[in-house]
Amino acid sequence: MKPAPFVHHAPRTVGEAAAVLGQVGHDGKVLAGGQSLVPILNMRLAAPAHLVDINGVEGLDGIVVGDEAVRVGALVRHAALARSEEAYAALPLLRQATLNVAHPAIRNRGTTVGSIAHADPAGEMPAVLALCDGVVEAVSTRGTREIGWQDFFAGPLETTLSIDELAVAVRFGRFPAGTHTAFRESARRHGDYALAGVGVRVTVADGVVTEARASFVSVTDVPSVLDLGPVLAGTEPGSTAWGVAVDAAAQAVRDHVQPESDIHATSDYRRMLVGELTRRVLDESALAAEGDR
Amino acid sequence: MTDVETLHDVTVTVNGVRRTAAVPARRLLSDFLRHDLRLTGTHVGCEHGVCGACTVLVDGAPMRSCLMFAVSAQQHEITTVEGLGSSTDARVAPTGESLSPVQQAFAECHGLQCGFCTPGFLTTVTAYLEENPTPTNEEAREAISGNLCRCTGYQNIVKSVLRAAEITAERRGEAAASGGGEPA
Repeated sequence: MKPAPFVHHAPRTVGEAAAVLGQVGHDGKVLAGGQSLVPILNMRLAAPAHLVDINGVEGLDGIVVGDEAVRVGALVRHAALARSEEAYAALPLLRQATLNVAHPAIRNRGTTVGSIAHADPAGEMPAVLALCDGVVEAVSTRGTREIGWQDFFAGPLETTLSIDELAVAVRFGRFPAGTHTAFRESARRHGDYALAGVGVRVTVADGVVTEARASFVSVTDVPSVLDLGPVLAGTEPGSTAWGVAVDAAAQAVRDHVQPESDIHATSDYRRMLVGELTRRVLDESALAAEGDR
Repeated sequence: MTDVETLHDVTVTVNGVRRTAAVPARRLLSDFLRHDLRLTGTHVGCEHGVCGACTVLVDGAPMRSCLMFAVSAQQHEITTVEGLGSSTDARVAPTGESLSPVQQAFAECHGLQCGFCTPGFLTTVTAYLEENPTPTNEEAREAISGNLCRCTGYQNIVKSVLRAAEITAERRGEAAASGGGEPA
């Protein structure tokens, strides 16, 4: 339960970090919060020869709320994102979801960008990035590039970041006016890996739904957004028609997800669970929409 | 991979005292505290962030010391369980008690049996009550959800959290009544 030896690099700038990553190639790994990486190292599931510790890199700990997006730097801890009033005002989903990430002690150290780069199907923030139509900003000695979420997640625990690239920030896209969000997950113990989770965004204009989408935790291999517009659009939140549409939405979600069975729950159970969670988050967003009127 | 690992001089402030030791990069903060600094109050349970026994305060915020490297803790202020009692910090013990409110509450409420998990609970709860001085029963449960105890069944730990909040308020009241601890 002790990590294998490694060479510790402590760059002070993004340029230095990119240079080191370029030099060490496949033997290198970026260390930010380490709340997923260090357990892997402790259990020796991985033994990189070089760790590029970015905790001392200047300028990566900012949360910037823009008109289009909320930009979160690579050293922003989950706890800081959850606390940020500016981020909450612009995109309440960020706090709604972040408070489901593990336990407070983990949120105090773990970073939002790190959790996205880790790409665990049980991670909350990859699902949120997808729901927000987000973008990852990556830097290497070859330059800077932006990777849309659809091109970022390649498989469970796998992304399209190159070995010499550092994810310096992510941008969560903001929603149109009249959009309400909700996020829920179910775990054996609050803060543990979720058996299933779902986030929704529902846009309401003139009292009826115009757009609705959902994305999922622990029931798809990679983040996946389901358009619920076909079943919810045109209905008035809270109405009788809404109740019928929510049933249809839950069914659409059960058809969409591909949960796996493991020691904690069967595939069928997770499918049932995510359908029920969908019903609840949709009703929560409807309640918020009714509160608007 | 080299045969002899490079040593790094790591300087941290632990319970108000600056400490330095030369350690390899892979030294976990938990092992740094226990082996290099001989502060064995911090306990090591699962070593992958699940049990919470190794929780310490880093700049006042609870974190898993088994999921941090000592080299990453450079220049940070660490508080371990050894730093909670006999505190010279007036916020913790304004009237000069030797046990912190949280420690006293765990003792009064039988919030521990074997004591292995206790250092992690004490640090976690100490930080939590700074943030929320008057938790409800439900909030107290949520606050300790990241720490495992195999003895108590948690009931008395929840009571301890609520009692600790009371003791903190009582001590602050006494300190205020006696003019902030000044001799009469």
